[in-house]
Amino acid sequence: MNDERTTKTISGMDSVDTTVLGADEIILNMGPQHPSTHGVLRVKLKLDGERVAGSECIIGYLHRGVEKIAEHRSYQQFAPYVDRMDYVAAVSNGLGYCEAVEKLLGTEAPPRARVVRTILTELQRIASHLLWLGTHALDIGALTPVFYCFREREEILKIFEKYCGARLTTHAFRIGGLQYETYDGFEEDTKRFCNDFAHKIDEYETLLTENRIWVGRTKGVGILNAADAIALGVTGPVLRASGVKWDLRKAQPYAAYDQYEFDIPTRETGDTYDRYVVRMEEMRQSRRICLQAVENIPTGPIMARIGKVLKPPPGEVYHSIEAPKGELGYYIVSDGTTQPYRVRVRPPSFINLQAFDKMAKGSLIADVVAIIGTIDIVLGEVDR
Amino acid sequence: MVNDPSEKGPAAKPPEGTADKPSIPSKPETPTVPEAPAEPVAAKPPVAPPAAKPPAATPPAAKPPATTPTTAAPGTPAAPGAPAAAAPPKPAAPPAPPKEAPPKPVALDNELVQRLKARFGDAIREASLDRKQAIVLIAVEKLREISHYCRDDEKFDMLTDLTAVDWPKREKRFDVVLNLYSFAKNERLRLKAHAGETEPAPSVCEIWPAANWMERECYDMFGIVFDGHPDLKRILLPDEWQGHPLRKDYDILKQDTDWVRENLGIESGQ
Repeated sequence: MNDERTTKTISGMDSVDTTVLGADEIILNMGPQHPSTHGVLRVKLKLDGERVAGSECIIGYLHRGVEKIAEHRSYQQFAPYVDRMDYVAAVSNGLGYCEAVEKLLGTEAPPRARVVRTILTELQRIASHLLWLGTHALDIGALTPVFYCFREREEILKIFEKYCGARLTTHAFRIGGLQYETYDGFEEDTKRFCNDFAHKIDEYETLLTENRIWVGRTKGVGILNAADAIALGVTGPVLRASGVKWDLRKAQPYAAYDQYEFDIPTRETGDTYDRYVVRMEEMRQSRRICLQAVENIPTGPIMARIGKVLKPPPGEVYHSIEAPKGELGYYIVSDGTTQPYRVRVRPPSFINLQAFDKMAKGSLIADVVAIIGTIDIVLGEVDR
Repeated sequence: MVNDPSEKGPAAKPPEGTADKPSIPSKPETPTVPEAPAEPVAAKPPVAPPAAKPPAATPPAAKPPATTPTTAAPGTPAAPGAPAAAAPPKPAAPPAPPKEAPPKPVALDNELVQRLKARFGDAIREASLDRKQAIVLIAVEKLREISHYCRDDEKFDMLTDLTAVDWPKREKRFDVVLNLYSFAKNERLRLKAHAGETEPAPSVCEIWPAANWMERECYDMFGIVFDGHPDLKRILLPDEWQGHPLRKDYDILKQDTDWVRENLGIESGQ
């Protein structure tokens, strides 16, 4: 085989520019179906021996054009579509969209609806972080946590199922409030889960936090400092692990978050281990919010009076929430008709993934897997 | 959104612990958030002309009164003490919403806008407040200078989002929309510039590296060329894709019929 052929075989790509490669550099293609890429992400790695000299993410394999679909649906009809973006945190997507449209209409959900929304969204955050923890640990080689995590996640999905009949793409909220009243025993289920969950987090931590292999594989890996994180628009746990104490739930409260006490966990270094610690602590804080909220759900209506046909006055709005992955924003332009003129989704995964190159540069090829996992991307949201 | 006084909660917390972080060379400092939230940008609350207001109207910012079901709707009296302990009380009909003036964009003239106008003059075309969110329309040629100023002097250190909106009937058909966020002020600002189909818009990648993929997406979806972008190519769609789907004249049905005609040799039934 000649040189060019060799490169092709290694990379599996047809357009390798061999002229720019150094003597020892090769290009390695990872994905789009590599198990650790959590979906159809393809990463083109430029390798200098074992070190990553550069990388390029190739995305779009899961692009369904939701922003275009939105222009052809009514405001209510589009609501189920947003669940299919970050499909492991559908409830959060729905909250962001419903609140954005409510803002566009100049209305607000009733207090009871806002509290129930907060509880479900925080449960969803725990579920999303559990899925992240399980798969991230699996990628790095710890097989046990994934079973534990899915066990607890199942309990949350059961609550969702009892509440609205769906487990994953829930369409739990409606524009203006909620469609369903909470079921009998919703409070008890939530409380039981939260009370049990405190010990479960400790259990995961005994498996990982001081585990030498885990620490060795994550400490100092994929460092992102605060200044870079802000310049790259990174939000969510990744930003907080870099030392920026910023959480939209506190900075610009929405739903009912201003009523509850919780902390924003931060770390200093911004490596993979720090992001792990931040997310673990966030689960504890979410549990705290759920327990406070469920103690005191106000009575009253669950739906604002908004009418069946929504025609927001012409204008535009940007509304964002703290989704499990970061800032999830909706920019909606109305032209006064029943269909949105433009819906732009500001997906946290998409923008956080942009920081991958910065985090991976100079690291070992084996750490690439850890770095992809630590950003916590969902390709459904990256590609939309 | 931060211009909304009701949203700028007292809980707004500064991102602490960044003071000792190394900053980006081109940036003066890492973010710190003020002790007390800055005054809302909303110098003038969006008040509708009095004529449009019904006599008994509550102020526009008022929320629907949080009434109990018993007092909510006189037509449907709830039985007092009836709700069982197990089941939450059936919600009565929600209270009639206060007759609010419909959200309407109003002109905005706060200190930030005045500073921008003093510095850039005619390049600041228009400033408005829509749903309590500040929007500044600027000349597209000055996009990079104004962005620089906003980041360095006004501390809008994060580019939250960059996107576009297509208005095909307008002479310059695209709105390039930048959503900026300032950690220091806990404030958002939306910059808008009208960009034409053929002339490129300046890239802001050098100012906010976050713009890289977002501009690529805009190019992919709208065909807006960003001048100075390091690697402007399609990002979500395949390289060989024809057209730019988020343009309003990109007909999804036509795509389908064309594909069927070309690949199956028949007329589509749709």
